[in-house]
Amino acid sequence: MARDLVSPNDSVRSQERESQVKEDRPVEKMPPRSRYRFMQKVIIPWAFILPILLLHALVVLFPAIQGVYYSFTKWSGLGPAEFIGLENFRRIFFEDTDYGKALGNNLVWMLFFMTVPFAMALFAASLLSRVKVGGIIYRMLLFLPYVIPSVVVASIWRYLLSPRFGIGAQLSKIGIQGLDVAFLGRTDTALLAIAFADNWHFWGFLMVLFLTAMQAVSPDLYDAAKVDGANRWQEFWNVTLPGIRPTVFFMLLMVMIWSFLVFEYVWLLTQGGPGGASDVLGVVIFKNAFRRFDSGYAAAQGLTISFFASLIILLYVYLRKRGWEL
Amino acid sequence: MISLRRFRNRRESTFVNHFILILLVLFAIGPIVVLLFNSVKNNAEIGRNPLGFPESIHLENFGEAWEKGQFGKTMGNSVILVVNTVLLELVLGGMAAYSLARKQPPGTNVVMFYMLVVSTIPIWLYLVPLFFTWRTLNLLNTRLGLILIYVALNAPFSIFLLRSYLLGLSVDFEDAARVDGANEIQVLTRIVLPLTWPGFLTVGLIVGLGVWSEFQIALIFVQEPDMFPMTTSFFKFSDRFSRDWALTSAGATMMILPVLLMFLVLQRRFIEGLSQGGVKI
Repeated sequence: MARDLVSPNDSVRSQERESQVKEDRPVEKMPPRSRYRFMQKVIIPWAFILPILLLHALVVLFPAIQGVYYSFTKWSGLGPAEFIGLENFRRIFFEDTDYGKALGNNLVWMLFFMTVPFAMALFAASLLSRVKVGGIIYRMLLFLPYVIPSVVVASIWRYLLSPRFGIGAQLSKIGIQGLDVAFLGRTDTALLAIAFADNWHFWGFLMVLFLTAMQAVSPDLYDAAKVDGANRWQEFWNVTLPGIRPTVFFMLLMVMIWSFLVFEYVWLLTQGGPGGASDVLGVVIFKNAFRRFDSGYAAAQGLTISFFASLIILLYVYLRKRGWEL
Repeated sequence: MISLRRFRNRRESTFVNHFILILLVLFAIGPIVVLLFNSVKNNAEIGRNPLGFPESIHLENFGEAWEKGQFGKTMGNSVILVVNTVLLELVLGGMAAYSLARKQPPGTNVVMFYMLVVSTIPIWLYLVPLFFTWRTLNLLNTRLGLILIYVALNAPFSIFLLRSYLLGLSVDFEDAARVDGANEIQVLTRIVLPLTWPGFLTVGLIVGLGVWSEFQIALIFVQEPDMFPMTTSFFKFSDRFSRDWALTSAGATMMILPVLLMFLVLQRRFIEGLSQGGVKI
């Protein structure tokens, strides 16, 4: 459209265009602004990209490469690192019981987050996608916890899960006994209590993603299901779920990877306690690196997380290649 | 007969939907409401009435929390972090996105691929070496040190989102301006920015919210109390006054009020931006 706006006195442009038209190339394939020299085509565009790219490399790429190197060293963070080969990994997998326990907790965390928020989000999104009135209000209110900072979420739930003030205490006042316990202070409930608080903040976000995906499913499919006499469950199982499958599987993949990285909520609510019952890999690495200054070892533990994350991504890619519709 | 039954069914089913959704909304909003209630109760009343509506209003909680939690200083630090990170992100990320969308120099695909792959590197792989790099560069315990990390970690999200906004804008507008004699700077400020500002606003909001709420990196890279942002300072504060729920609730409320107000006004942009990639548990 704008080509029509080219004024005839723009001689360079019109000559250029004539010459290119003579060469009989389709108009769309003309190299734009081909008269620009190397400077304009390469140097200046790269000068625009480089500042943030270099900053990103300084913060992420170079330290990541260093991290791989330090994994094979004994290093306190001060002075030179001593190369010790695979010793750190031997220690991780054959000696360190904290590591195994933490990894187990990460897997529990993963199971929790692959089920509870997904069930809640799918349920709420499928209810919400049928609501005609007030849909935007529901979406906003259900999403709201996602914008609350983690320190405040932790503070709220430390209160609501406390045996003296919290929900359990209130329930026992009205006769429902047994829930006024210190969920965050008991070895058998601490991890799940933390996951519960984190999920309170997280699931609304997942719900919005699913809702957006559901709204893109063709209404014709729902009409067809109705004609076939499908009930609501059959409709959900045979139309909605296949329609949003890519979103669901992508988020499952992301949640699996994030489950190895979790740190904030655990640190805020229990710091891994009581007695290591809610230790996760993030907390163990944090303590090794910044409390015990066993930095080479912490780097090696960080590398194992990258290994698990890549395993999950590779599995995902492999299954897709094998023709699974993930 | 048939149409009547169908009509009745539909009415019934949306009623159930609303009922369950309202329960879920209570689950989502209830804890926030309890926090707001407790921020204006005194501790005696919290003991009597831990979850209910406040009987009397004690606004002095806020003044006390402001003093004891040093909110003046730490909120100032957080504002400095948010403003500078957002500005730097928009300028540097916007420049890169513009170049990658419009100029597409050789290597564009490599940069996009780098951003995609590197943003999946688990933070625990590079956090430890980054800490010691920052110590060598004297960036520990500085706001600049935090800002640089925040800008870098938000770069992939910002570049992808801004670039997709720019690709969605027809190049014809820019060409028309050039034909009318505009130079490159004018094209950028008069044409591109006015037409793509929603993308910049979204990125600014998401990055700003992320920095305002950020805890983990601030915890590791800043141990000097004078440099604490609100998050790490509030954590220390709520640990120190862990039995004074009126005080900590007032502090928490001061922290989330700006976020809540922004969210209520700009909720569509928040939701859109966060669901496009500001993803984090």
